[in-house]
Amino acid sequence: MIVLWTDGLLFLLVLMIVSLGFYLRGKEHLQRPLAKIKSSRAGMVALVVLFFFVIIGLMDSIHFKLANDKTNEVISLLDYWATPIREQQEKSYSAPFSAYLYSKELIRSEDGVQRWTYSRLKYGGRHLINPETEKTQDIAKKAALGFVKGAALFGFVFFLLWGLRKQQNKVLLPNKTSKAVWLTTFVMVSGSYTLIDLSTWYHVLGTDKVGEDVFYQTVKSIRTGLVIGTLTTLIMLPLAIVFGILAGFFRGWVDDVIQYIYTTLNSIPSVLLIAASILMVQVYMANNEDQFTNLVVRADMRLFFLCLILGVTSWTGLCRLLRAETMKLREMEYVQAAQALGVRRRIILIRHILPNVMHIVLISVVLDFSSLVLAEAVLSYINIGVDPTTYSWGNMINGARLEMAREPIVWWSLLASFLFMFSLVLAANIFADTVRDAFDPRRANND
Amino acid sequence: MTEALLRVKDLSVAFNHGDKVVNSINFEVFSGETFALVGESGSGKSITALSVMRLLPENARLKATEICLADENLLAIPEIDFCNIRGRRIGMIFQDPMASLNPVMTIGDQIAEVLELHFSMSRQEIADRVLKLLKQVEIPEPERKFRDYPHQLSGGQRQRIMIAIALAAEPNLLIADEPTTALDVTIQKQILELLNRIQKQNNMALWLISHDLALVSNLADRVAVMQKGEIVEAAPTDVFFSQPKHPYTKKLLAALPSMESCLNRPLKEQQPLLKLKDFKVYYPIRKGIFKRVVGYVRAVDGVSFELQQGKTLALVGESGCGKTTLGKGLLGLIPGASGEVWFEGALLNQLSGNELRLKRSEIQIVFQDPFSSMNPRMLVGEIIDEGIRALHPEVTALDRKKRVENLLRQVDLPMEAANRYPHEFSGGQRQRICIARALAVNPKLIVCDEPTSALDVSVQAQIIELLKSLQKDQGLSYLFITHNIAVVAEIADDVAVMNKGKIVEYGKVEQVLKTPNHEYTKTLLSAVPILNMN
Repeated sequence: MIVLWTDGLLFLLVLMIVSLGFYLRGKEHLQRPLAKIKSSRAGMVALVVLFFFVIIGLMDSIHFKLANDKTNEVISLLDYWATPIREQQEKSYSAPFSAYLYSKELIRSEDGVQRWTYSRLKYGGRHLINPETEKTQDIAKKAALGFVKGAALFGFVFFLLWGLRKQQNKVLLPNKTSKAVWLTTFVMVSGSYTLIDLSTWYHVLGTDKVGEDVFYQTVKSIRTGLVIGTLTTLIMLPLAIVFGILAGFFRGWVDDVIQYIYTTLNSIPSVLLIAASILMVQVYMANNEDQFTNLVVRADMRLFFLCLILGVTSWTGLCRLLRAETMKLREMEYVQAAQALGVRRRIILIRHILPNVMHIVLISVVLDFSSLVLAEAVLSYINIGVDPTTYSWGNMINGARLEMAREPIVWWSLLASFLFMFSLVLAANIFADTVRDAFDPRRANND
Repeated sequence: MTEALLRVKDLSVAFNHGDKVVNSINFEVFSGETFALVGESGSGKSITALSVMRLLPENARLKATEICLADENLLAIPEIDFCNIRGRRIGMIFQDPMASLNPVMTIGDQIAEVLELHFSMSRQEIADRVLKLLKQVEIPEPERKFRDYPHQLSGGQRQRIMIAIALAAEPNLLIADEPTTALDVTIQKQILELLNRIQKQNNMALWLISHDLALVSNLADRVAVMQKGEIVEAAPTDVFFSQPKHPYTKKLLAALPSMESCLNRPLKEQQPLLKLKDFKVYYPIRKGIFKRVVGYVRAVDGVSFELQQGKTLALVGESGCGKTTLGKGLLGLIPGASGEVWFEGALLNQLSGNELRLKRSEIQIVFQDPFSSMNPRMLVGEIIDEGIRALHPEVTALDRKKRVENLLRQVDLPMEAANRYPHEFSGGQRQRICIARALAVNPKLIVCDEPTSALDVSVQAQIIELLKSLQKDQGLSYLFITHNIAVVAEIADDVAVMNKGKIVEYGKVEQVLKTPNHEYTKTLLSAVPILNMN
């Protein structure tokens, strides 16, 4: 078992969220907003989808070395389970569900005649004798089988819970929202089972230039996306909140100092800063090779530093917003009333200012989440993003730049990364919307 | 007054999913008359006007048997032709003149816009007509103001421009929706006189929407009262005020603060609680790259007065006279205050740090706007006990809870209120919560900064009653800041009239209101609309 930096922080984050959940459970006046989240259909469906992504991300964050392995390779739990897909490498590009390579090559058949044709894949559709006639039927059969397996697993758990609930005289599906949640779970579980089953026989999203399965790549990229989106925010938030609120509330020299810091930071091109720090990390790793014994640890260090430097360069925007909002709030009469009551300034900041800027924080965190995932893509493009060996949507999109220029074009890498990125960001957006609406007391009675 | 100019039958308006805000009302407006629609906030009077103008928000559903303008059924007119009705035949003036004018267009252009829309005139004709209109609404130096932008005008002048825009296309009916609510009393009087004159000149119908019965009694020919979406009483003005029939109307009339109530107030002589000597609040004007101070805005300029324990001093003045600044400066809530503030024999502005923090809690403040004076993310219970937590951290949670319940009882709110958020309460209830918050730390003096001006008349009367009874029970003193002279007569022992940062008249309430000495006090008093019972 090997704990990487980002693994640790990711699990710490999960622990924080879980304990926050327990803390909120005890608060009486928070029952209503929580109930509101629970009754929001879109919000709960988005939560289920997010949950799937997080589970995959967490499975990919438990790293270990195989006992009988001599290659010094660190793999994750996800890799371990996906071993067949991970190792079934083709020669080059192949289209989704194809049994042939994407480009023609010269092959010598048994009778010694050389032909310019599409050759069969080593693994994709290898069980088919005549792909042209059998393939469609075979795919349908395998998909149905996978679906049934997933449905059976889901059904088993569902009826188990249903029985338990029945014993306690409770209903499992009291309203539309819980129906939607269970339906989403059903679709996700049986859908992923179908995909898993199919990908042992086919490359469902094709293969890339070196013949690696694109489906495996996108699933692996989930972790990178989550790490960049959440860890960066975690680093950025304290800076933005503390500086923004202090500058807005105290004005005067505090404001001047903080403003100077962020205008200075803003006027240095952030790409330059990122490039410099990534280079520094690389130099450090080259000088201390004994600490970074294998590829995964190196790539993880680089990912961690990328999050760190992205966090340090991206707090200024939110800080400025919070400063402006705090300046508005400090003139509000309830702040003045608190002053008149003799409340200390420290407490005014925590009790009156902070809760009233949280909606801005929440909105910008979600918006930043998507832009950070995209920023990673841009940085990978100029080679200062994540390590080239790290699976990430940025690297995939970067690679797709050349694939799109090919004739005929290779579209599946781009599509796969787009689909996964899109559903992650969309789910996060919808869920954050629900949370914000529920915790805004002014909207509590509107619908 | 033969044929009805506007006839509305069975008008109902409802929002998407909700109760009807206007419930099958009928009324008529005759040409050449002033018709007043009176009601408290939320009674549906503005919605009625908007539905006649077909300006309702998207999610509103309108139902009516008939809306006729001079025998033409407005309901049958398609939207594209309705532009010839709006502006051309029905003009409208809104409450807030700043929000209704485009800040990046000159006022001349804004008036000309209406003329270009409805008439085919040459440029010269339009310019002449705009000048004529500006003269009609009595704007001084119309040739120069023609090219001014809205922010260069005062509030009263902006409302005059709005009237000019509404009049530009010579409508038969002018709807004035609370035209003077955002203005000071003296300006209000001028605007109303202007409206009255123009109505007579043009012989048009004026449909006045207002919450102010006293104002309406001086202006309208007929009055209708709305309550919860229904017209409960409609009658000619003289009948309406001399023989009100509906209980709601009677209640409204009874709730009006009366100027006579200041008579025979008992004299209470006690030791002074608060004494101000040459109190000033100056704001520095900074200019240039080094932000050098080049001058000062004298918001409060050398004010001196005394306030005895258990008494109420009313601070009266129009907006911008520095009365709110004085109140906040007194509590040390704004920088730039100087002069002497004696409170219970201690010089307040020489204290600092913790001493000041503790002493300050003996002076509390209740603000004008009950919507912005409470943290929307805190429960009412937390809001009320915040002061106790800050000043006496040793008090246990249980004792605090008891204290909050006690305070809620004092301001006539139910116990359950403690576990709810401020937005679930109405304006009057919120003001009660604010009073409870102020009472929580056992203050000796409460600065009431226009506590009733955002409230309806009947609610205003309740709040004043509450303040009075609290004063009787606990011997509180009030510094009551207001622009409403009638309220002053209800509550004050002493009155200080403020103008441009200075106190121009100071004395017993009866003396100031009945025999004012200073010119400014006289103008102010003459501008107050007084219920005209004929």
